[in-house]
Amino acid sequence: MRAQFVLSEIGVGLRRNLTMTVAVIVSVALSLGLFGASLLMRDQVSTMKGYWYDKVNVSIFFCNKNDAETAGNCAKGAATQQQKDDIKAELSRLPIVQNVEYESSDQAYKHYKEQFGDTPVAGLVTPDQLPESFRVKLKDPTKFAVIKSAFSERPGVEQVQDQRDTVEPLFNLLNGMNIAALCVMGLMLVVALMLIVNTVRVSAFSRRRETGIMRLVGASSFYIQMPFILEAAIAGLLGALFACVLIGGGKYLLINNWLAKKIQVINFIGWDSVITVLPLVLLIGLLMPALAAFFALRKYLKV
Amino acid sequence: MIRFDNVSKTYPKQNRPALRDVSLEIERGEFVFLVGSSGSGKSTFLRLLLREERASHGAVHVLGKDLAKLSNWKVPQMRRQVGTVFQDFRLLPNKTVGQNVAFALEVIGRPRGQIRKTVPEVLDLVGLGGKEDRMPGELSGGEQQRVAIARAFVNRPMLLIADEPTGNLDPQTSVGIMKLLDRINRTGTTVVMATHDQQIVDQMRKRVMELEKGRLVRDQSRGVYGYQH
Repeated sequence: MRAQFVLSEIGVGLRRNLTMTVAVIVSVALSLGLFGASLLMRDQVSTMKGYWYDKVNVSIFFCNKNDAETAGNCAKGAATQQQKDDIKAELSRLPIVQNVEYESSDQAYKHYKEQFGDTPVAGLVTPDQLPESFRVKLKDPTKFAVIKSAFSERPGVEQVQDQRDTVEPLFNLLNGMNIAALCVMGLMLVVALMLIVNTVRVSAFSRRRETGIMRLVGASSFYIQMPFILEAAIAGLLGALFACVLIGGGKYLLINNWLAKKIQVINFIGWDSVITVLPLVLLIGLLMPALAAFFALRKYLKV
Repeated sequence: MIRFDNVSKTYPKQNRPALRDVSLEIERGEFVFLVGSSGSGKSTFLRLLLREERASHGAVHVLGKDLAKLSNWKVPQMRRQVGTVFQDFRLLPNKTVGQNVAFALEVIGRPRGQIRKTVPEVLDLVGLGGKEDRMPGELSGGEQQRVAIARAFVNRPMLLIADEPTGNLDPQTSVGIMKLLDRINRTGTTVVMATHDQQIVDQMRKRVMELEKGRLVRDQSRGVYGYQH
């Protein structure tokens, strides 16, 4: 096998089908860019989940003396110390509970002030409007239903609230976007594959004289097919390189330059997760077109 | 060298077989003309020899190998021992004469030094010494066919298959080509040549096999063309 010969064949082939090659490169770049982006998005969602689920609690709010009229569970007025102690004791016996913290009305008021500061709403709230609560941290945040069914009907409990409910819609949104990205990627991938197959067909047709002679003088099928397969692989690799640039640039512009400055409460993925995605993108960009070309050749190039 | 045992070939979606029950044997070093009108099965016969097609029935042996049992990946190996020449030359127009001949050696992975040495030798042999750097388009038909013969012969094949090699050439040039093929034959290479050229067959007085509607109707040593078309 003579490398120089094969390389010159590839060069000729790529130049002869320049427009098709460019189309292959662009579609591979877009599909793999989306692929990498959706992998990173999944990474992002799982880091965020880890981060938030660590912070969120299940809150058991107790009846306040003002709640008697408004909340149905609190018809008997404020929760008694006995009721709170019972619940606390029961919670600490449950194996799924990691720890329980008590938050008094005053502490709740302080947190409230911290969050809303000097906004007009904050002025209207007084400490005794805010309920006392237990902040329950679970070993597994998904076991919320156990706590809810055990305590929501208890006397003195106003409601059991899972703070995950407030972050869940965000994750659902991100997951939805992820699935949408994957669908678009799938379509782009099909387009890229069809383009590759067509490019190979045109390429095989325009070189049928050469390949016919190669066949006659006894070149091995591997030797005849190699330039076509390498052509597709090189175009795919170029596309994958563009995809890497897109992913890296996207991460830099979107996350580092924009989102990270706007939103401090989320810890975003770092360059390390980008770097783990890139080799996969390059590998797929190299192998997928090569395989597509190989199967296209079985149909379009008689050996 | 070549043996056909009751070979028939029917192409898919066709009722009439292209070859019907053909049995023959060609010895090493023979020169054989294959004659017959268009559609008589000459091309199919040659395609079977090159294993571009497989026989529907019967066995084809070429160079001691049963082609039906030859696995696909071994076919190139077999073709390296068979040279082929066609009516339309089949040269690469964008390569020089030397490159065209060298191409046959490059694609089977011969070392560069050997190629550089062999190509001028073979071009000398076919009478094109010194025309290595010319483009095929600059050559006459006869010269182009000589390049094609050089390419077919550069690998020193055991068998040379020629499909109407003089079909596009004038009688005088054809004689030159036939002399060249005869010389190649004398080096020990078996030559099988399909032709419509009555004059040449009658002059050469070699073995003649005639196909008619897929049947072998005549096999005659030192034969003549023998039928009017």
